[in-house]
Amino acid sequence: MTKKPLPPSKNRDGAPDVWQDLRSLTRARIGLGRSGNAQRTTDVLTFQAAHAQARDAVHTPLDVQAMLEELNGISCLCVRSRAADRSTYLRRPDLGRRLAPESLAFLQKGEWDVVFVAADGLSSIATQKGAIPLFRAMQARLKGWRIAPLVIATQGRVALGDEIASALGARMVVMMIGERPGLSVADSMGVYLTYAPYVGCPDSARNCLSNIHQHGLPTTVAADKLAWLMQQAMQLKLTGVGLKDAAPDSSLPENPTPSIEKDPHA
Amino acid sequence: MSFQCSLGGERYVFDDLKALMAAASPLRSGDELAGLAATSDAQRIAARYALADVPLDLFVRTELIPYEADDVTRLIMDTHDTAAFAPFASMTVGDLRDWLLSHEATTAALTAAAPGFTPEMAAAVSKIMRNQDLMSVARKMRVVTRFRNTIGLEGCLASRLQPNHPTDDLKGIAASTLDGLLYGMGDAVIGINPATDSVVNGLALLDMLDHARRRYDIPTQTCVLTHVTNTLEIINKGGAVDLVFQSIAGTQKANEGFGVTLDILKEAHEAALSLKRGTVGDNVMYFETGQGAALSAEAHHGLDQQTVEARAYAVARAFRPLLVNTVVGFIGPEYLYDGKQIIRAGLEDHFCAKLLGVPMGCDACYTNHAEADQDDMDNLMVLLGAAGITFLIGVPGADDIMLNYQSLSFHDILTLRSMLNLRPAPEFAAWLEQMGLFDAQSGRMRELAPHQTRLAQLVG
Repeated sequence: MTKKPLPPSKNRDGAPDVWQDLRSLTRARIGLGRSGNAQRTTDVLTFQAAHAQARDAVHTPLDVQAMLEELNGISCLCVRSRAADRSTYLRRPDLGRRLAPESLAFLQKGEWDVVFVAADGLSSIATQKGAIPLFRAMQARLKGWRIAPLVIATQGRVALGDEIASALGARMVVMMIGERPGLSVADSMGVYLTYAPYVGCPDSARNCLSNIHQHGLPTTVAADKLAWLMQQAMQLKLTGVGLKDAAPDSSLPENPTPSIEKDPHA
Repeated sequence: MSFQCSLGGERYVFDDLKALMAAASPLRSGDELAGLAATSDAQRIAARYALADVPLDLFVRTELIPYEADDVTRLIMDTHDTAAFAPFASMTVGDLRDWLLSHEATTAALTAAAPGFTPEMAAAVSKIMRNQDLMSVARKMRVVTRFRNTIGLEGCLASRLQPNHPTDDLKGIAASTLDGLLYGMGDAVIGINPATDSVVNGLALLDMLDHARRRYDIPTQTCVLTHVTNTLEIINKGGAVDLVFQSIAGTQKANEGFGVTLDILKEAHEAALSLKRGTVGDNVMYFETGQGAALSAEAHHGLDQQTVEARAYAVARAFRPLLVNTVVGFIGPEYLYDGKQIIRAGLEDHFCAKLLGVPMGCDACYTNHAEADQDDMDNLMVLLGAAGITFLIGVPGADDIMLNYQSLSFHDILTLRSMLNLRPAPEFAAWLEQMGLFDAQSGRMRELAPHQTRLAQLVG
């Protein structure tokens, strides 16, 4: 689902494209050429194709059945949020953060160190592709941990994991969730780790790894980083800003919840 | 104080002015999310009838957010120009709409009236105005500002060149800047949203932009859209700060959510003025706003999102900004669901800001989870162009690869200038011609490859 390379364009006279070198400096759509003042047909269609893929990533339902088959008998639990459909989910983030009553009633309290949740978020295809491989990679790295059955959640936001973990009695939750798709990447998954989560837990109490996809952060690297964070969280009994400050690798990204600001850090 | 209206045999009652304004607002998802939207179409129109009868001086006497609790309310109340308001003191909201649309409401009359209007009056009257009303009145209003060029003149449409890069790569940013200049973009500002928000990074980006600007003697201003406190530090370190940027909102609490206070803005304003870098004027502030910001910070005090947005313009106008733009559509579908809502909000924001004397531009944009596409942006840019928008934002191919959303392309703005016969800021237009980028004979930007221009060396 990555952006296809822009086809080499030529000037009117068929001269070679002098923008080629400049394009190696940025993925921005520079040097597109013009037809009058407008973009050329090929560029218009390339843009529309990327937008269509991004929209499909948002609107295609998570194929839970396919995930169950991929798990091949490994126990898992399927839940849904209070947002009944995609349109409601997009308008009412608050509903996507809470479990539907029947899902809540279905979860039984246990003694778990961690629960992994695979939620559709804003890109079901990201979760479809990335969640189970990461879950398996974490199982291999967390020997001796009491890991709850994988929870597959639909119409879910990040905070839905808090209620799931509370209901299951898990000390921490790993929310694996599809990130808002961009034009260049539509299948990027984010992972949010929260220690001692509760309903209403602030985002500042989470640690986030984002940009997990084929051409971004590889699953194995994400798994190593996540395992480190989880060991630290278990020791320090916290996640969020306090844990980030202790990280040796300052490149660990923090939670980037999309905000109104184009200045993302203000 | 409650308000009421009977419509179709039913009597509708609205508990207070806040509730009345919220119910009268055109439908949008953010007001539904907040539980403030009208519960039916009929109730919405009943609210508009009642709102049209509200006397304007009620807005002067009513604190929608308490004076003691909110410094934006204090700013609005304390700076209200009662002399400018006097001719409107006995009008209702409906009367104001009729006056604004009348031929008596000339550019000069509107300019004189602006300090007499409060954001709440502007928001109220906008709610009973159709899209064409918002456009035809805004078109009459002129807000002219200056730094190294003149922004907001009649017949002009400026543009912000936004060359963002996901790792702030200087050459990547320079390549996008070069692309934009070849389309005649960048007269409002060449402005980067940094991926890494630090003083060191901000200094490096500003240094690169400033060198490029001076090398080619471009009559424009540059900006790194970092937090105001970073910009203050950059100024203290001798950085090349033309404009101070900050996102702002319509309540004290929402501004605190952005990490700013009116005092910090004042300090930054004075610091930027002291640099005296402007050549034709001293408007040194650049603000971004957008409906939904206050609600997302849980700081809306029960106001509908359009009314609380208009209050941000009172903050803006206190600092005589060069540029302000609404980032309409960036916030996502829980606040503005689809193209229709984004377009309406863009026109409202432009109208209300101009009515208050604020130099309003727009980032006509959307995210991939909104029900909108480039056709909606085409519609919005043409409507805003017809309404006399101060500037629009352009990114290469309409695709911002750092912030992951879609805006307008350089092509789009070039098309709009051509369709509506709009020119860049005059100093910038002269520079384009002098550089051989603009052909005065045909009135077109030449289609040139970088090496055919003197700008080729811009990318080191």
